[in-house]
Amino acid sequence: MSADLSELYQQVILDHNRRPRNRGKLPTANRVAHGNNPSCGDECSVYLQLDGDRITNLSFDGSGCAISQASASLMTTQLKGKTAAETQKLYDDFHHIVTTGEAPEDISDLAAFAGVHTFPARIKCATLGWHAALNALKGDPLPATTETHKD
Amino acid sequence: MSDLARTRADFPILHQQVNGKPLVYLDNGATSQKPRAVIDALVHYYERDNSNVHRGLHTLSMRATDAYEGARTRIAKFIHAADPAEIIFTRGTTESINIVARSWAQAHLKPGDVILTTEMEHHSNLVPWQQAAKAAGATLNYIPVLGADAEGGLDYAALDTLLTPAVKLLAFTHISNTLGTVNDAAELCRRARAVGAVTLIDAAQSIGHAPIDVQTLGCDFLVFSGHKMCGPTGIGVLYGRRALLDKLAPDETGGGMVVTVTYEGANWKPSPERHEAGTPNVADAIALGAACDYIDTIGREAIAAHDHHLGAVAMEKLSAIPGIRIIGPRLGQPRAGLVSFGFPDVHAHDIVTFADEDGLALRGGHHCNQPLMRKLGLTSTTRASFYFYNTAQEIDVLVASLRRIQKFFVG
Ligand SMILES: Cc1ncc(COP(=O)(O)O)c(C=O)c1O
Repeated sequence: MSADLSELYQQVILDHNRRPRNRGKLPTANRVAHGNNPSCGDECSVYLQLDGDRITNLSFDGSGCAISQASASLMTTQLKGKTAAETQKLYDDFHHIVTTGEAPEDISDLAAFAGVHTFPARIKCATLGWHAALNALKGDPLPATTETHKD
Repeated sequence: MSDLARTRADFPILHQQVNGKPLVYLDNGATSQKPRAVIDALVHYYERDNSNVHRGLHTLSMRATDAYEGARTRIAKFIHAADPAEIIFTRGTTESINIVARSWAQAHLKPGDVILTTEMEHHSNLVPWQQAAKAAGATLNYIPVLGADAEGGLDYAALDTLLTPAVKLLAFTHISNTLGTVNDAAELCRRARAVGAVTLIDAAQSIGHAPIDVQTLGCDFLVFSGHKMCGPTGIGVLYGRRALLDKLAPDETGGGMVVTVTYEGANWKPSPERHEAGTPNVADAIALGAACDYIDTIGREAIAAHDHHLGAVAMEKLSAIPGIRIIGPRLGQPRAGLVSFGFPDVHAHDIVTFADEDGLALRGGHHCNQPLMRKLGLTSTTRASFYFYNTAQEIDVLVASLRRIQKFFVG
């Protein structure tokens, strides 16, 4: 397997794809947003339990490729306890990682997605769950599609 | 050199490495590759004959007009149309369907009328009819697809109840780009005609793959794209029976399609000019004529036999992979030269990305067939689609790659 491909499919990603964390509807959620990628049919819903603008719990549901599912799963492990501003900041970092391959030192498991940058067609997969989460935070009633958000 | 090797030598693009491996191009359902003869026709036109058509009296304009009208005649012969005026050049399948869905539907559909199509249509042969039905207050009905894996094809028995006199138009695909199902086009046209319905065949997937005779099929409209039959992108055909085309209101108006224009109004030429407003896509039309010549030197019977052979080899080898789910006709049933499949634990996009590492060009996704995918409980499949330049060895590359991918994801 090529170096690029093993960079893309890191162990962390494969693990989250096989054993997704926080998957399924969240009964206590007070916000939900659906994301889809019309060009490939990937779908992701993100459920947030918000206390003010702080995420006290969250989950995701959906179907799609390993990259989109692992990204949404990993995201749910990172956002618990975060405010809207902190979430946006983390997304900006994540976006930087998947588009440039450069990861800040203190960024934990999200750095596993650095390999995505050599596969530009897959950036949309990696950001799908994040778009849904950001929409849910905003209370945006529109489904997040990868076509209305810039990657 | 074998015949197949000689054919492959006609396609410059096939002789390259992708990710360090020989290219194995199995995405012919999306678009076919172009032989040297077609590329040369484009270059020759732009280097020697380029000019506007139908309006110049100088030598180049006459040459361009002759070549353009020659292509029309060539294509009429290719599908055995009764008259070259029955060939309208369009941008492709999608535009051809939209023209009928706007012009024909607007003039003929009333509230309460029915448009009939099938559950296996490409979005291009579905959404325009939804729009036309909405605009006219008509209903859009679907011939069901049978079987949990759509293995049963269309439900022909349902035609007895679906084909009522309220049906004004039946639009269906000849070959499903997602399932590989070959529909009985002649039978569908015959049944539709019996209730007085007009028929439209989406021949996007069949045009370069089997002999097509619009008169034997008995259709009113037949549409296709040049790029899936060795021709360029941006050119396609709307075939229509002359009697229909000459009465059809033009979808677009402008230069080239008018007889007399005054400040008060204008009137239209007959078909084909009537339906080709503005400067047409001369170069690509000419190259599409060259594609017809090329395909007929290979022979469409031979192409169909090769497709069938590769389809059967692929079915046999893919069926042997544990856990695979293949949709469309079962092993041993007739099918076109394409196979769509999925694995429970590996998503189509991951397959396509991995297979690309092995030089394979595959398609992963919903294949512009979202309602059918939903019906089958799928969001996407991976598709391998063949053409006459593909080899059985390339199927071995595909199978080896799939086994490696499965091992990686499932362990
Ligand atoms: C069955 C079928 N119909 C219609 C189309 C649309 O063709 P085009 O995009 O060239 O207009 C395709 C192409 O994928 C097809 O396979």
